[in-house]
Amino acid sequence: MSEKFVVGYDGSDVSKRALDFAVARAKAQGGSILIVHVLEWSPYSFLTPQEIEERHARRTEELERAETALMAPLKKTISEAGIPIDTQIKYGHVAKTLCDIAKKEGATQMVIGRDGDGGLSTRVFGSVAGSLVQVAPVPCTIVP
Amino acid sequence: MTRLVPTAVLAAFFTVLAAVSASAQSIDETINGLFASSTGWFVNLIFSNFPGTTFPWIVGWLVVAATVFTVYFGLIQFRAFGHAIALVKGDYSDPNDAGEVSHFQALATALSGTVGLGNIAGVAVAVSIGGPGATFWMILAGLLGMASKFTECTLGVKYRNEYENGTVSGGPMYYLTKGFAERGIPGGRFLAIMFSIFCILGALGGGNMFQANQAHAQLTNVFGEYPGFITGVIFAGIVFAVIVGGLKSIARVTEKVVPIMGVIYVGTALIIILMNYDMIGWAFGQIFAGAFTGLGVAGGFVGALIQGFRRAAFSNEAGVGSAAIAHSAVRTKEPITEGFVSLLEPLIDTVVVCTMTALVIIITGQLMSDPDTGLYLLNEAGTAIRTVGDNSGVALTSAAFSSSISGFKYVLVLAVILFAFSTMISWSYYGLKAWTYLFGEGKGKEITFKTIFCIFVIIGASANLGPVIDFSDAAIFAMAVVNIIGLYVLMPIVRRELNSYWSRLKSGEIKKYT
Repeated sequence: MSEKFVVGYDGSDVSKRALDFAVARAKAQGGSILIVHVLEWSPYSFLTPQEIEERHARRTEELERAETALMAPLKKTISEAGIPIDTQIKYGHVAKTLCDIAKKEGATQMVIGRDGDGGLSTRVFGSVAGSLVQVAPVPCTIVP
Repeated sequence: MTRLVPTAVLAAFFTVLAAVSASAQSIDETINGLFASSTGWFVNLIFSNFPGTTFPWIVGWLVVAATVFTVYFGLIQFRAFGHAIALVKGDYSDPNDAGEVSHFQALATALSGTVGLGNIAGVAVAVSIGGPGATFWMILAGLLGMASKFTECTLGVKYRNEYENGTVSGGPMYYLTKGFAERGIPGGRFLAIMFSIFCILGALGGGNMFQANQAHAQLTNVFGEYPGFITGVIFAGIVFAVIVGGLKSIARVTEKVVPIMGVIYVGTALIIILMNYDMIGWAFGQIFAGAFTGLGVAGGFVGALIQGFRRAAFSNEAGVGSAAIAHSAVRTKEPITEGFVSLLEPLIDTVVVCTMTALVIIITGQLMSDPDTGLYLLNEAGTAIRTVGDNSGVALTSAAFSSSISGFKYVLVLAVILFAFSTMISWSYYGLKAWTYLFGEGKGKEITFKTIFCIFVIIGASANLGPVIDFSDAAIFAMAVVNIIGLYVLMPIVRRELNSYWSRLKSGEIKKYT
């Protein structure tokens, strides 16, 4: 059975390292890659009337931006390297969404990045690594 | 040397402030006089009585409508209650739609527009004029109002406009035009224009002046007398920064703090009620006895009924049409689902929050009664029940809370300001939607309305409670006159939607996502 790697990717340096790691493994083992970009979102947050009115338009914009800026370049370079690749962009709680996708897509491994030095984005990403370690349904590799 | 500069600036500021205060007192009086004389006729028209009675026709209009919708949709407020909760929890939301406006968000935003001073000040007005019995009628009006809300919010989503850039506009002006056209009934456009005019007035009245007025009343109650003009200018400045300057951070903070404030408010009320648990039975006794006898209040039981219904309608806005604007942007394939969700609004707003306020006022003994007869004592003018310390409006609620938990008035002043502020932001949006419906979209037109809105904040804070509350109620009820005509005409469409959805839900075609 061939390996299927789910990679959490947000364009940051750590997530690039995680992706490189997964690509190297997939190449060696003949596996495939599923890159997932999760936009943090809670259906229970509070919005102003103005934000509610514009929400659908913003969401469309956010999805387009993620597709063109993050995913499209990756698809090109990785498939040129001969590795089967797929991408998904989702809204939700990052760790929970990654786990749901891993289960649904029958992934055999998950790979995400971790940056140990405490900036704001790191804090968010770091907590994702922390919770994934505890709830991941498949073996999970955290790339420093 | 550098430290001297701020000191000098401060000194200058206080000198100017002192000068302004002196003249501001007379500015207050001028604004008040002008305001009362220019809006009196409108107020009289809306609140005129049925010929030969002392019952205002507008109150009858709202209650009859709510009752008709309750019967027509077969007690929908109870039938669909469980399903409404499931929808808000997200049980029926497609995970692929994540990132769109959820039912919860639409409900929370609509609620932050309605949970406001009506729940704190309005209820105090109701029980001080109508006695404890007003609470009974208020709860009943809240329960019936759930059906009105259900009807208007379903229509709001069904007939909303979706523009190419992905934004949405909805509300009575759209269902009045499109819905009437669909049924081939003339006059929809005319009603939509009338609704928009009243909505603008309502936004400036209840959604703005009443809020500024009561926020100022609460500030002076806690920090001592000073001219309303000053509160008005500061409030107007902040509102201007948010709605014209696009200072989203303030709005966002308010949107997050308001729900917390609501929970603190209800929680504290519960604590006070539990502290006096031996009085709960007595309080409900007063509410029921007062509902049918009036217990000596001005106008007897009819007075209690009118006050209860009037404050409930003002607080939860059921039938007014404002909620249809707020709820219309939700992402759903089934307009009826937003109707279900919206029926929770009067329940939370009136049946829970308003009742808490009323119970606290009654239980803490703010209303003075004759120990011999058990009847309430009236004030000198004979218009309201005499209260401990002669308080009315928000000051009465504040006194009631503080009598059990001293220092709560400082929490309440924060709550009042935040509620007032979030209600103003919501109503500035409703008013703006009506404005752009009348005059068309465009940056310049929007700024004109927003500027007028800010000026009315100042007027509201400066004028006396009497004329402001009358005008606010009148404008909001005028919206209901037009909106409810529309709801009667369009209710068969809602029933068709309801029957279709309900049968699919029962047959299992509409399933939960797990």
